[in-house]
Amino acid sequence: MPVLTDDRRIGTVPPPIPPGDNGGNGPSEYGSSFPISKGQIGVWILLTAVVMLFAGLSSAYIVLRGVPAWQNIELPSLLWPNTAILLLSSVAIDLARRAIRRRDAQSMKRWLIAGLVLGVAFLLGQVAAWRQLVNAGVYLPSTLQSSFFYILSGLHGVHLLGGVIALVWVLVAALENKITVFNYERLKLCALYWHVMDAIWIYLFGMLLLS
Amino acid sequence: MHESHTAEHVHHELGFVRKYIFSTDHKIIGIQYMITAMAMAVVGGLLSMLMRYQLAWPQVLSPTLAKIFPISYSGGVMAPEFYISLVTMHGTLMVFFLFTAVLTGGFGNFLIPLQIGARDMAFPFLNALSYWVFLLSCIVIFSALFVTSGAPMGGWTAYAPLSAVPSAAPGQATGMTLWITAIALFSVSGLMGGLNYITTILTMRTRGLSMMRLPLTQWSLLITAILGLLAFPVLLGAGILLMFDRLGGTSFFVPAGIIMGQVPIDHAGGHPLLWQHLFWFFGHPEVYIVVLPAMGMASDILSTFCRKPIFSYRMMVYSMVAISVLSFVVWGHHMFVSGMNPFLGSVFTLTTLLIAVPSAVKTFNWLGTMWGARIRFTAAGLFAIGFVSMFVSGGLSGIFLGTSAADIQLQDTYFVVAHFHLVMAIAPLFAAFAGLYFWFPKMFGRFMNPLLGKIHFWFTFIGAYCVFFPMHIIGVGGQMRRIYDPTQYMFLVPQQPVNVFITISAFILGAAQLIFLVNFFVSIFAGKRATERNPWHATTLEWTAPSPPGHGNFGEELPTVYRWPFDFSVPGEKEDFIPQDVPATVTARH
Amino acid sequence: MADGTGPGRFTLSGIVLAGLIVILIVASLYFFIAQPYWFPILASEHGARIDSLFMAVLVVSGIAFVLVQGALGFFVARYGENGRERAAYWHDNPKAEAILLIITAVILTVLVFMGQRVWASIYFSDAPTDATIVEITGEQFLWNFHYAGPDGQFGRTDSKLITSTNNIGLDRDDPAAKDDIVSIGNMHAPVNKPVRVRLRSKDVIHSFFLPNFRVKQDAVPGMGIEVWFTPTKAGPFEVACAELCGLGHYRMKAALTIDESQEKFNQWLEEAAKQ
Repeated sequence: MPVLTDDRRIGTVPPPIPPGDNGGNGPSEYGSSFPISKGQIGVWILLTAVVMLFAGLSSAYIVLRGVPAWQNIELPSLLWPNTAILLLSSVAIDLARRAIRRRDAQSMKRWLIAGLVLGVAFLLGQVAAWRQLVNAGVYLPSTLQSSFFYILSGLHGVHLLGGVIALVWVLVAALENKITVFNYERLKLCALYWHVMDAIWIYLFGMLLLS
Repeated sequence: MHESHTAEHVHHELGFVRKYIFSTDHKIIGIQYMITAMAMAVVGGLLSMLMRYQLAWPQVLSPTLAKIFPISYSGGVMAPEFYISLVTMHGTLMVFFLFTAVLTGGFGNFLIPLQIGARDMAFPFLNALSYWVFLLSCIVIFSALFVTSGAPMGGWTAYAPLSAVPSAAPGQATGMTLWITAIALFSVSGLMGGLNYITTILTMRTRGLSMMRLPLTQWSLLITAILGLLAFPVLLGAGILLMFDRLGGTSFFVPAGIIMGQVPIDHAGGHPLLWQHLFWFFGHPEVYIVVLPAMGMASDILSTFCRKPIFSYRMMVYSMVAISVLSFVVWGHHMFVSGMNPFLGSVFTLTTLLIAVPSAVKTFNWLGTMWGARIRFTAAGLFAIGFVSMFVSGGLSGIFLGTSAADIQLQDTYFVVAHFHLVMAIAPLFAAFAGLYFWFPKMFGRFMNPLLGKIHFWFTFIGAYCVFFPMHIIGVGGQMRRIYDPTQYMFLVPQQPVNVFITISAFILGAAQLIFLVNFFVSIFAGKRATERNPWHATTLEWTAPSPPGHGNFGEELPTVYRWPFDFSVPGEKEDFIPQDVPATVTARH
Repeated sequence: MADGTGPGRFTLSGIVLAGLIVILIVASLYFFIAQPYWFPILASEHGARIDSLFMAVLVVSGIAFVLVQGALGFFVARYGENGRERAAYWHDNPKAEAILLIITAVILTVLVFMGQRVWASIYFSDAPTDATIVEITGEQFLWNFHYAGPDGQFGRTDSKLITSTNNIGLDRDDPAAKDDIVSIGNMHAPVNKPVRVRLRSKDVIHSFFLPNFRVKQDAVPGMGIEVWFTPTKAGPFEVACAELCGLGHYRMKAALTIDESQEKFNQWLEEAAKQ
């Protein structure tokens, strides 16, 4: 005798829900009570793709690390202060998020500007780090590790640039007073993206150092 | 009183360009994907006709072809490098630009909002962008055919160092660079699309539509999008490394000490097998990205034309999940004789035969759906049934190849070609045809000609088996893949009649597709009008919308779902189907 | 109202489709049983194990093929729509599913173990010490066969020494290389004696394929890969390349002659050394 399973339960009508799409946050005209908003899912998906990109490249790194022709390079010294700057920029953005949560729009704007400045400083710092390496005579094809260094830091930089553009967009909205304690999802998502970019950089830097 | 969504859409009429070309409406974008993919399929198909002609009559002079392709047929005979370019471009166009594009981009875009009761995708602008990046990638790959230094010659798998050293073969210079660029653009487009599909299916399902009330088409598209999310970035990474090996002097995949022609190539210690590992880590999930939506669509269409619920919906969902998870741990079965550690060969044999189990479960369930059914043999229904037959044939030959020791003899022969064409090309093609015949009235408000559809089915079913089944035989006989002239080998000469048979069947199969193309495009403008919304008496939500649905899909109020999509032939009911949005008045008896 | 136990209608489409499936089944049975075209003639010892494994898989998948396609054909013939009656509504049978799943898993597991034994016998066993050793270097588009000669020592090779007359870069100044033999496109080995092959590549990936001997192994630049086999038949055979390697991939063949005796083989080596 076939079993009557949940999916066939007929006649259940969910409770009434607010009109419109609620900014994509939870229950809406669409009836979905999925607890995570569209924007959040979108950014998590984007981050998954980015993580997989670096995961694939990391596995290539690990495999080639074992090759006899592997040669370590001396990593440019600028990477250390650069990493600190990146971490600080992430902190700044997070402080901006916390600020608006306590309805302190002024602090939020200041911290966002700080985050943007630090983020751009990081990118410029990475370019300077590349210059350092070139001046030391270490180019893209010089050794396997140098190739990985340029490509991994370059790809990370490109993705961080995307984050900078997003941050500018958030900052403009903030300056136009569009970001409030009731509506700061953009900032939350931007902060999420930055934190993950941070973590990816720490991971990459660590992997390069530990070889 | 809630605000009407249609109020938002009763604004100025969009001009032709905004409505049909740069549209953000998922339906238009879906149709754009489908038509672009069809164009790529025609090109890919023509390339294969040239290949088959060469294989059947390798040393016969062809003055006509020499007139059309003066460079590639100088002397009246096809140049060997042209043959390999045909192989490369045929595979690339079909796998990426036809199948992945039409199934996830075409059907995914058109069906997802409609089947889940939403007005559009979660991110419509991003959706449109994904199509235009896809179109750009099509233009780039197409241009690779016309480069003076030759179209790429690495096969669709682009193994290094053949793909990493520009002097390794004609066409491996600019042609190969364009190939990598096109694939990179395609990957980005796919990721943008996948982002939309996942977000939309998760967050925008209408009232009452729980996950376990989703049509299998939706489950398959969701799972496929997640697969793509995890697999394509790895391909992108590998492509970036390959590009730098080619243009930047790096040595990820090229070892030291190699010599092309008499010229030493200056590299320092890369590993060719690394490319294979990265590529196949993507490549194996990719074949499931192709076949899963096909399975989902075929299941729903089969159920509709059997007038019977799909057998064991739950296991259908679980088996798709199992297949996807396992697809990430079987990639080494493409590399049994590659020189990788033989111990890994043992591991991958185990995982590969394991992945056969959920596929078998699905096959039993399709059979179970047909047992005791009342089958309507429409064109769509016939293609859905044909899908099952093709998938079984192709799937069984996979067992031979998954067993590493047997694969030693069969690897890189036509046995492999037969296997992957049946499971990854023909079966999904049948599902795609089923989908096109089925959803055509919803897409265009008209029907395709049913008689032509059936004729198309019979020719395609017979033709496909006549082309691909004999390939198992010549593969057993040892005919290698990507060989420009099998008659160079004495041990292959006795099988040459089979090659001729395959080629003639291929010409007939190819010609039969013209029936479909004519039917499709003429019917868009002159097909019989679909006056009722639900001509097939199906149960899913898209059939409650007008044909074609307007902007916003469902009018003022979105449907509410009260049941799963498989209430066919419910005992005690007046009709032999109950759509998902019909509330319960009678509980089904068992 | 009927619940699917009544007769379905035999429809034209259903019968034609069933007929085609019957033809498919009969044709495939014919080709796989009568074998008008089949494997190249077997000439190696381990090849027999591979062929048996293939037959085992063939029997299993053949039975599955006949049963599944046959059921498909039967259902489409038998269960056409007749306009009045309903299809059956049942759509779950956990017990039947479980049984089919377990049977499938068990059969596949048995095949895995059978296959593993053959695989292990090929890859996890060392070649006997009295094997004939050949170093094979693939290049675009020919095979070079390097023998150690009477002293049993392979001369040093170096890619820097490669010229148009010295394909493998043999260091002729190396004393061990004085009696080495390098044969292009022509390989010999004595029958019933193991042959150890060390595969290398000068440029791109090639694949050393001996269809009659059930041997296939990629030759990867930067790697040295060894396989071994024992020829059991004397005579002329072909060597092919089984990995796309460029425009000449189709003509990258060589001749493999299995000599009837060690003496015949040694004779050939002597003559080849003179060239």
